[in-house]
Amino acid sequence: MSAPGPVALRLFIAGPGARSQRTVESVRRICEAHLPGRHELEIVDIYQQPALAERDGVLAAPILLRVAPLPVRRIAGDLQDEGRVLRALDLAPAEEA
Amino acid sequence: MPDALPAPSHEAEAAPTLPKAPTGIDGFDAITQGGLPAGRPSLICGAAGCGKTLFATTFLVNGATRFGEPGVFVSFEERAEDLVANVASLGYDLDRLVAEGRLAIDHVRVEKSEIEETGEYDLEGLFIRLGYAVDSIGAKRVVLDTIETLFSGFTDPALLRAELRRLFGWIKDRGLTAIITGERGEGQLTRQGLEEYVSDCVVLLDNRVSDQITTRRLRVVKYRGSAHGTNEYPFLIDHAGISVLPVTSADLDYAVSDGVISSGIAGLDAMLGPGGFHRGSSILVSGESGTGKTMLSSSFADAACRRGERCMAFVFEESGAQIIRNARSIGLDLQAHVEAGLLRFEAARPSLFGLEMHLARMHRDLEAFQPDVVVVDPISALRGPTSELQATLLRMIDLLKARGITAVFTSLRTEGALDPGDDLGVSSLMDAWIKLLNVEANGERSRTLYVIKARGMSHSHQIREFGMSGAGIRLVDAYIGPAGVLTGTARLAQEAQERAAALRRRQDSERRAREATRRRQAIERQIAELSAGLEAIADEERMLHDEDSLREAVLDEERRQMLARRASAQGSAQGSAPAVPVTGSGITPGVAQGAAQRAAE
Repeated sequence: MSAPGPVALRLFIAGPGARSQRTVESVRRICEAHLPGRHELEIVDIYQQPALAERDGVLAAPILLRVAPLPVRRIAGDLQDEGRVLRALDLAPAEEA
Repeated sequence: MPDALPAPSHEAEAAPTLPKAPTGIDGFDAITQGGLPAGRPSLICGAAGCGKTLFATTFLVNGATRFGEPGVFVSFEERAEDLVANVASLGYDLDRLVAEGRLAIDHVRVEKSEIEETGEYDLEGLFIRLGYAVDSIGAKRVVLDTIETLFSGFTDPALLRAELRRLFGWIKDRGLTAIITGERGEGQLTRQGLEEYVSDCVVLLDNRVSDQITTRRLRVVKYRGSAHGTNEYPFLIDHAGISVLPVTSADLDYAVSDGVISSGIAGLDAMLGPGGFHRGSSILVSGESGTGKTMLSSSFADAACRRGERCMAFVFEESGAQIIRNARSIGLDLQAHVEAGLLRFEAARPSLFGLEMHLARMHRDLEAFQPDVVVVDPISALRGPTSELQATLLRMIDLLKARGITAVFTSLRTEGALDPGDDLGVSSLMDAWIKLLNVEANGERSRTLYVIKARGMSHSHQIREFGMSGAGIRLVDAYIGPAGVLTGTARLAQEAQERAAALRRRQDSERRAREATRRRQAIERQIAELSAGLEAIADEERMLHDEDSLREAVLDEERRQMLARRASAQGSAQGSAPAVPVTGSGITPGVAQGAAQRAAE
């Protein structure tokens, strides 16, 4: 049931703070563990690229967007709960398969 | 409360006041004495559809176009395209302002349950976007409409509240004048209690329906550090934007004009001491239907336009075109004045708006047209609770007086009595009151008018009859006699009767004069006869007297001759004899004669 195609993720963080670091690490870890070789992770600092934040309608930070496959899914927070992140990204079955 | 208001305002004027950002909304800046607090967030709250978004948009558009302050509109509800389309009806061209870099619109989409949450986060994205938009055009003004939408998109209210507090702090730090809109909530001003965070200025908009008529009202709930009007003020949204009616003229401190203006009816002017009405006065023309109120007020309007003044007519029962047509029948060409831009009709059904909306509309139109003379025809068409009606009319009169506008109000008198309590109780507010009365008698009806009062001038107390013809309104003297006031044919008949009676009286007195002359002449004749008789008697007396004396003289002569003769006969007794007759001269001739005869023997 898992999508065999690549998964495109975009992570918006606000500056280089501790929470941002923690979030980035968490996302990288999840991706390496569950989507090895078939994911694309883009990390955007909204301070650096506010136009991108506006384009994607980003309000909360940090927030992770699953850009592909559609539909777009969003998950806000520091993403420490791996299970919830996977469920939210609809990736949980892929890990089990 | 009337005492409480002016005091802080004086202080506020004396001390350096809070910097304010004008909204450019007519009336609102007057209520708040300058606008919203500059560099701070203000809360505009109210139920759905009460005009929050329009108010906020007007604030931004005026800022960009009139005050050189670019603005950012952050919309949480409407898409930018919808917003642009919605306010286009007010004449706002948001697309152009955006293209010119004077306005930025950012639609922040918040949809419930679209966002999963895990772990801690904040709304830094919103801050960044806002900051980005503000910096991109150098904005000084910001609108967040409606920020409470965030509460439906995120599930952690505690976090949102903390973030909102941070957001408002951020707005202050950046020195942005901001409007935050909020939906009216149960038991509090907004659903999420935003008023707790935005504490500088809170404005409440309201849209109340009573008797199926909607009235929009605005109230400044609080304004930290500034005096402000505390009442509810009616406001208006239409094609000309938002305008608020400030009730600032609570004091009776109008500038008074001494000028006198003509009513356009020569006869009426003549009834007034100075030959017209005082400029800036309020004139009530009351009368039942068909007494000529509208035509009288039309004459007034026509006279104003002929003087080159601007006249505005608020008509509630007829259209402007109909009045123009009807006025033509009394020889007034109002159409020409309309075309010359001196006369404007504002016709509306009384039931179209609530009273306060009428007032707000009138206020806006007065500001726009700046008339010298205003006609309100008729005020009695305005319907509502008596207390409200009276307050509305009072404010209407204040509104006009404060601008020095001469106003003619017509009123349909409901009762026939001369009751000052009728005519909506406004008659005491009026400077002059003309009453039109149709007198019905002898199978016909005549138009009459009289001046009940005219402040500050002497005026006629007569009831005057008037006629309307192609030459206009013309007054004629009404007959006032022992039988009461007579008008029309009755007046003519009465006048004829009077003339006949006068003729009779004149003939009568002439006859009596002739008779007296005659009698005098008769008596004079008698006097003449009598004096003639008297004269005759006097003649006779004189004649008798003369005869007597003559006879005496003759007798005397005869006696002397007789004596003389006797003396010559006796001879010797010559010396002693004459002594006897001489001494006895009183002796009757008979005796003397006898004695003489005896002596002769």
